[in-house]
Amino acid sequence: MSTLSQTTEVVDPVPGAGAPHLPGQPDLVQLLTPEGERVEHPDYSLDVSDEELRQLYRDLALVRRWDVEATALQRQGELGIWASLLGQEAAQVGAGRALAADDMAFPTYREHGVAWTRGVDPLHVMSLFRGVDQGGWDPVATHFNLYTVVIGAQTLHATGYAMGLQRDGAESATLAFLGDGATSQGEVNEAMIWAATFSAPVAFFCQNNQYAISVPIERQSRVPLYQRAAGFGFPGVRVDGNDVLAVLAVTRAALAAAREGQGPTFIEAFTYRMGAHTTSDDPTRYRLASELEEWKLRDPIARLKAHLSRSGIADAGFFASVDAEGDELAARIRRGTLEMADPAGTEIFDHVYAEQTPELVRQREEFVAYHAGFEGEGH
Amino acid sequence: MSTETLTIGKALNLGLRKAMEDDAKVVLMGEDIGKLGGVFRITDGLQKDFGDDRVVDTPLAEAGILGTAVGLAMRGYRPVCEIQFDGFVFPAYNQIVTQVAKIHARSRGRLPMPIVIRIPFGGGIGAVEHHSESPEAYFAHTAGLKVVAVSTPPDAYWGIQQAIAHPDPIVFLEPKRRYWEKGQVDVDATPDPLFASRVVRGGDDVTVLAYGPMVKTALQAAQAAAEEGRSLEVIDLRTVSPLDLAPVFDSVRRTGRCVVVHEAPVTLGLGSEIAARVTEECFHSLEAPVLRVGGYDTPYPPSKLEEEYLPDLDRVLDAVDRSLGF
Ligand SMILES: Cc1ncc(C[n+]2csc(CCOP(=O)(O)OP(=O)(O)O)c2C)c(N)n1
Ligand SMILES: [Mg+2]
Repeated sequence: MSTLSQTTEVVDPVPGAGAPHLPGQPDLVQLLTPEGERVEHPDYSLDVSDEELRQLYRDLALVRRWDVEATALQRQGELGIWASLLGQEAAQVGAGRALAADDMAFPTYREHGVAWTRGVDPLHVMSLFRGVDQGGWDPVATHFNLYTVVIGAQTLHATGYAMGLQRDGAESATLAFLGDGATSQGEVNEAMIWAATFSAPVAFFCQNNQYAISVPIERQSRVPLYQRAAGFGFPGVRVDGNDVLAVLAVTRAALAAAREGQGPTFIEAFTYRMGAHTTSDDPTRYRLASELEEWKLRDPIARLKAHLSRSGIADAGFFASVDAEGDELAARIRRGTLEMADPAGTEIFDHVYAEQTPELVRQREEFVAYHAGFEGEGH
Repeated sequence: MSTETLTIGKALNLGLRKAMEDDAKVVLMGEDIGKLGGVFRITDGLQKDFGDDRVVDTPLAEAGILGTAVGLAMRGYRPVCEIQFDGFVFPAYNQIVTQVAKIHARSRGRLPMPIVIRIPFGGGIGAVEHHSESPEAYFAHTAGLKVVAVSTPPDAYWGIQQAIAHPDPIVFLEPKRRYWEKGQVDVDATPDPLFASRVVRGGDDVTVLAYGPMVKTALQAAQAAAEEGRSLEVIDLRTVSPLDLAPVFDSVRRTGRCVVVHEAPVTLGLGSEIAARVTEECFHSLEAPVLRVGGYDTPYPPSKLEEEYLPDLDRVLDAVDRSLGF
């Protein structure tokens, strides 16, 4: 399919792309420049209404507001840890909004922006990071799988789910999220082999945020990641991950191809992790502040805002209303997090098996009796 | 004599440094162990001083770390592999169990596998999933592997050096929640052997066995018990495979009672093996069955529940009471 063939078209590189630590970007798909100028791409066109553009902006801004609030809550001791998506909003919102209702997404642990687009309650995501739950939301109802912390494991699940869709003759696809570091895992490579062999309706959405914790992408790959797809026998495309329109267009095309029986696509969303790996991390130990400064110029939200205002699609009143909505959302997240009840201890026994075992019943009773022994002792 | 006050983490760092100075064949491999110094900073400063060919930030692939360690070991290197967290050793499990553990036997000793697999293990740090596991039994169950668990700064300092110098593959378990605990390390002392258990508190009424993070818990329990007039003998097993149970048998023959404590689930945990061996060796001295205190047979819980899941002083004392009640 022509929309998925690799393009040789040279688009404007994002500012700073020629800096020594970044490879050149001849194959980058872009529909919105960092300055907010709408550009065309020969293989990827995008029809979006003004209303849809405003909605995308709203998604980006709200997801960032949530993220900022979560980081603050962690600093205040209300979360054990937080994995920030700062800088990756466009990659996640663009990918998430490309999904149809029945498509299934398989996230890592950082896809809060995708969770948002699937209608997952942010508080359910917060519950994981507060340490009150190991799952968080209903993956069946939301079509958003549980977060997967073990790097790469979910890419195989997405592939298997896609094989199930294929068997059922369903006109849906799956979207497997992964990071740049994850591409080194054996399981991820197995997923791509399976997806290719069975022509499974799956797209691999790799957010290349340039780092796996402290390890730069150069440690994982000698070639641009999207070029790896060719070796597996399916198309690979590099998209400007800070351009929500390009991400939306490229992901839509990949999912459409998957649904039409053309098999997998590998999407490399070229972006940058603006924050620390998690709140436990200290990026000053391994990267330069100047790098961050360069990437600030490519901010995903600023560029859409520039486009919307310049083209008259949104006015100051709109932006103010989104800001206000963001503050409300943040307040709701804060309140909900602080009010989140600790789980009952007995919960740990209750869903281990579909059919409970006598031994766990016994351990549960022992647990209850043991804790009852402390009652009134202020335990 | 030069004694320093060190945390367990710093003692490991200095021990690694010493091992690298002593033997140019020692190579550290792992995720984020270079500039970052590892997520727990155990390798802090080592890449700067020894270079990035001796302190290697690997691609993000644990099977790759262990599989290439095998090849490097065949070439006479001594790979020291850092697994970032206990829950992430499983992509490497195949290499560890089917290859690392068997190559010495299959080659009739022609291919020694002096590989150290460092794993920060256990819970208690309020982490998300897969960061609080106690996988020791999987490894102890595998012939060809040795498994040790340190609990103090001197054991960390010496133990890591002894493990690296040892000819067999060793799973080296580091009690992550105790990394910041301090203790005196005499770097001129003659260390205790690596594969030896140690009586860390003498007592007469009940023998309490622990290793890694639970040694401190057992000692706290012994302190609390002493205030109530009960005398617990605490033994730090130190080595999980091979087990060094002679001091345990001596102790149990005196006390007649034994409680084993670990974070790992009790079912088929180390406590099960120890209970069987103690029963075989000390049957006529036992006043009570050997009791096990450990995690429940459930997945590791969300962190808000980990205090209820993990053995603590009270659960150890509860088992001591039950033992004394027989
Ligand atoms: C199998 C496994 N090994 C190690 C880790 C620890 N770890 C968590 S995130 C991470 C880096 C992941 O990098 P990348 O795939 O680029 O995703 P990013 O965090 O940048 O989104 C590592 C090493 C893990 N979660 N799982
Ligand atoms: Mg990354």
